[in-house]
Amino acid sequence: MVHQRAPGLVSRADGLAQIPARAHGRADSRARRPRLARTETPTRGVGVVRRVAPPLVLVVLLLVVWQVAVVAFDVRPQVLPSPLRVVEQGWAYREQLWANTLPTLQVTLVGFAVSLLVGWVLAVAVDFSPWLRRALTPLLVVSQTLPIIAIAPLLIIWFGFGLLPKVVVIALVTFFPIAVGLIEGFAATDRQATNLLRSMGASRWEQFRLVRLPGALPRFFTALRIGITYAVTGAIFAEYVGATAGLGIFMNLQKNSFRTDLVLAAVVVTAVLSVALFALTYLVERLVIPWNRDV
Amino acid sequence: MSDLRVEGLTKAYPGLPVLDGVSFDVDTGEFVSVIGPSGCGKSTLFDVVAGMERPDSGRVLVDGKDATGRVDPFAYMPQQDLLFPWRTVLANTTLGLEVAGMPRSEARERARALFPTFGLAGFEDARPAQLSGGMRQRAALLRTVVQDRPVLLLDEPFGALDSLTRTGMQTWLADVRAGFGWTVVMVTHDIREAVLLSDRVVVLGPRPTTVRHEVVVDLPRPRDLATTTSVRFSEIAAELLGMLTLNAV
Repeated sequence: MVHQRAPGLVSRADGLAQIPARAHGRADSRARRPRLARTETPTRGVGVVRRVAPPLVLVVLLLVVWQVAVVAFDVRPQVLPSPLRVVEQGWAYREQLWANTLPTLQVTLVGFAVSLLVGWVLAVAVDFSPWLRRALTPLLVVSQTLPIIAIAPLLIIWFGFGLLPKVVVIALVTFFPIAVGLIEGFAATDRQATNLLRSMGASRWEQFRLVRLPGALPRFFTALRIGITYAVTGAIFAEYVGATAGLGIFMNLQKNSFRTDLVLAAVVVTAVLSVALFALTYLVERLVIPWNRDV
Repeated sequence: MSDLRVEGLTKAYPGLPVLDGVSFDVDTGEFVSVIGPSGCGKSTLFDVVAGMERPDSGRVLVDGKDATGRVDPFAYMPQQDLLFPWRTVLANTTLGLEVAGMPRSEARERARALFPTFGLAGFEDARPAQLSGGMRQRAALLRTVVQDRPVLLLDEPFGALDSLTRTGMQTWLADVRAGFGWTVVMVTHDIREAVLLSDRVVVLGPRPTTVRHEVVVDLPRPRDLATTTSVRFSEIAAELLGMLTLNAV
């Protein structure tokens, strides 16, 4: 148990992706599973500490080294401010930071909502139509080869400085893992399970609703986590290229006036925002697919 | 419950003839096992009989009426239990009834009534992961029989179990079946299992397959573990083994 937890969040996400396969595993390995689940519950609190403590210790260690190095070598704050200075200045400018965080959060959420919608519509369409699967799959891959860095300024030219170009950038960056996660999740449905449903006289839609959809949800949440981590950085990037407010434009402005400390303070806010959204996906997952916990 | 006639089924996939005129009958309330060498086309035969695949030629008749390519006269139990982790045990067992459009409360009531017989009383609201291998298989069988279709098709129902659990399940099924009078076709590659449970055993030849032999299992019922040590049991098992390995490498 300890070994599984130590690698942290990423390995948990990997584990989730395998669950549909494991759920249909051989019977003899099943009898043991409930026992594992039960011994796991009392150690859950300890498990969280074990998972959170190592990265926290490492971060603190790095910050100390950073602080000491800046003081010892007397580095100019325009080049590299000390962590303490970043915190100090970040706090002093908290109102401005907050005022710029809200538009970024808004853009992130709207963009990600659009991305989810597009991802679901595409994945469901592809699942129902083999023709669409053949037609769309290569295009999905091509969409990921587009150099966003070159496209983003064009989007500003086409759509202006409003919400739309940023939403497009975020959707472009994040819909892919979501669509692919869902498409693969649907397709991973056991052929035997499909046959079972057919033998019961289930229509294609019923097969989808009763088996393919719920079976794909664990994978969807893994994909959701990948997507949401890209979403915030996608929003920052889009704002960096052109915006009237937001953490991206804030960073750009501070960089131009050599306020490296404030750039880094905005980076910290970005990271906190990403981690918070990431953690939120676990909460939603537990609410939506509680059955996945004891598998 | 009804009788089943399988008449001259043939089926070929591109470059691969699988069924070469398979015919056999199953009487009302009869338990017939189909055994054959591995890879002989047992699963294809099952898919065709169950209406999941169309045969190239031949017919499937239930109660004398053409049921070729139809799924509704059959309740099908696949090799894996395929209990879905997002449904409780009870909700898993009512799946077929829900698909058939039965109101949920009625479906639950009907399935619930069978839980004691299937040794699952008290596990209605449990998750499948909390069940042992044998219980999972019984839940899968419950999901099959509760649909109340004329013919039960069991595809190696105990193939995934360890041998001890398996033996327990076989004697349990022999017991339970006596009270219901189901018409059953079971595919298996376990000769012991086939003899213990069946009224008749159909032996298939290698691919492209056809019925090579039929053995009536004239062992008295009720049968239990002691049956498997009787002389007649060994004779029938030996005869089946001989037919199975005939011409085999």
